[in-house]
Amino acid sequence: MNKALFPAFFALPRPGLRWLPIWRRNFLVWRKMAAPSILGNLADPLIYMFGLGYGLGGLLPEVGGASYPAFLAAGMVVASTMNAATFEALYSAFSRMHVQKTWDAILNTPLSLDHVLTGELVWAASKALLSGMAILLVVFALGLTASPLALWVVPVVFLTGLAFAALGLIVCALAPSYDFFMYYFTLFITPMLLVSGVFFPAEQLPVALRAVAGGLPLSHAVQLARPLLLGETPENAAGHVAALAVIAVLAFVLATVLTRRRLLK
Amino acid sequence: MAALNRLNTAGTDTLRVAGLRKSYGGQEVVAGISFAVPAGTCFGLLGPNGAGKTTTLRCCLGLTAPGAGDIRLGGHTVPADAGRARERVGVVPQFDNLDPDFTAGENLLVYGRYFGIADAAIRARIPELLDFAGLAGKEKARIPSLSGGMKRRLTLARALVNDPDIVFLDEPTTGLDPQARHLIWERLKRLTARGKTLILTTHFMDEAERLCDRLAVLDHGRMVAEGAPRELIAAQIEPQVVEIFGDRAVDWAKSRRALGERLEVAGDTAFFYCRDPAPLLAALAGAPALRYLHRAANLEDVFLKLTGRELRD
Repeated sequence: MNKALFPAFFALPRPGLRWLPIWRRNFLVWRKMAAPSILGNLADPLIYMFGLGYGLGGLLPEVGGASYPAFLAAGMVVASTMNAATFEALYSAFSRMHVQKTWDAILNTPLSLDHVLTGELVWAASKALLSGMAILLVVFALGLTASPLALWVVPVVFLTGLAFAALGLIVCALAPSYDFFMYYFTLFITPMLLVSGVFFPAEQLPVALRAVAGGLPLSHAVQLARPLLLGETPENAAGHVAALAVIAVLAFVLATVLTRRRLLK
Repeated sequence: MAALNRLNTAGTDTLRVAGLRKSYGGQEVVAGISFAVPAGTCFGLLGPNGAGKTTTLRCCLGLTAPGAGDIRLGGHTVPADAGRARERVGVVPQFDNLDPDFTAGENLLVYGRYFGIADAAIRARIPELLDFAGLAGKEKARIPSLSGGMKRRLTLARALVNDPDIVFLDEPTTGLDPQARHLIWERLKRLTARGKTLILTTHFMDEAERLCDRLAVLDHGRMVAEGAPRELIAAQIEPQVVEIFGDRAVDWAKSRRALGERLEVAGDTAFFYCRDPAPLLAALAGAPALRYLHRAANLEDVFLKLTGRELRD
């Protein structure tokens, strides 16, 4: 590789403000198929909510100081957020980058790859926000939360969306084909779903595993969202917010460098 | 003094490339290319596959950093100021990348937004752009319903959404039927008539001869010739060509090599390149079993002489 390219590839992202047309492009596509998209966002987590929450929950007197459906609600909100951001940053972004060559078309305009990636990041986080909000509405409707503190879950969901979108864009930058994403799900997303306290309190895990699990982005999101939905102030809220923000920023910088290497060579 | 300098550097060239080099994995793909394109003209980049045409275009647009060399595009330094330079540039890429989820009109609207143009201003231009591309009334057409030629023309319309001064076209007519190619050629001529500058790559020598005011032939990353198509033909090659084909044509031609300045053989066809074809034509009159074609030399002859007849992959 050419030496002169290194500084250009490794420069910090310069998102600027011109990413908005890219967000609007994705929004226009989404609007055309909003109904099935929202249905898809809702169906999966709702099946878990009802299946596990009321099925399994009927066998459990109380989990983490709440009814099992109320305990599970926060887990479902953030897990659904994670899934929405991940799918968008993997499959949808990859389609636009690699299959439809939408990004190539955009790069011929005054916009830069940094604008494209920022637009994709914010877009994936926006879809994740929508997904998380849809579950949150169901949680309200089922009376699983009543606290005004629950509204703080909205920014938590957006931040969680940003973190998982940025992580997903790293995988997108490395993927040779759609099949590659299976590794990310099998090795990262699914184990994380099980050890981050979504379905059961993380205290149930062996101590060694708990230490690792506590550092995962989904754990931070759960530890913010769960107390808020139960009407409590999260412990160490600043620490969890900072952790998610740091993950989002570092992952986005890495995704930018990797995507530049892929597309601007 | 500063104003004078600016005058000097601005000039009338819309694209100026000097000493451009670019390597991939130790392999030099572009090995020192220099050219300048005066405003309002069409400049062609010709060359076999792998000659470095697309890499040169990518460097000119600031999509990849050159290993060495200087590029000025529309008065801006590239790649440092490529975003600003691209404000005044349109691009028709080699492969269509229209948005399949959108209608023809939405494709133009969304693309115009990338240039920071207000929706109302783009919407006002859409009928005119579609009309120019021969797609009047297709604003609501979905992309998968368009033919290859229509997609290509829509891509051309999309490249004009910002009313660019300079338009890059990477193989604009590859894969099109003759009708569609002629329509594209006619539209490109209209663009140069309006003062737009075109930079075009193509594999079709008739296209280059017809459209380009000047062209450069690239091979293995180097420029092997540059000039106006007529000049190149006059300077590089004998004016007359006699193609002889059929069963025994090659043997016949080889034994009469002296009848032309140069003899080339490809398959069962012999190509005589001559200044005066009369003796050869007289000899052919005495060999009625052979079929032949006598024609003026063209750009394809120049291209094959400069880059050879072997296949490139």
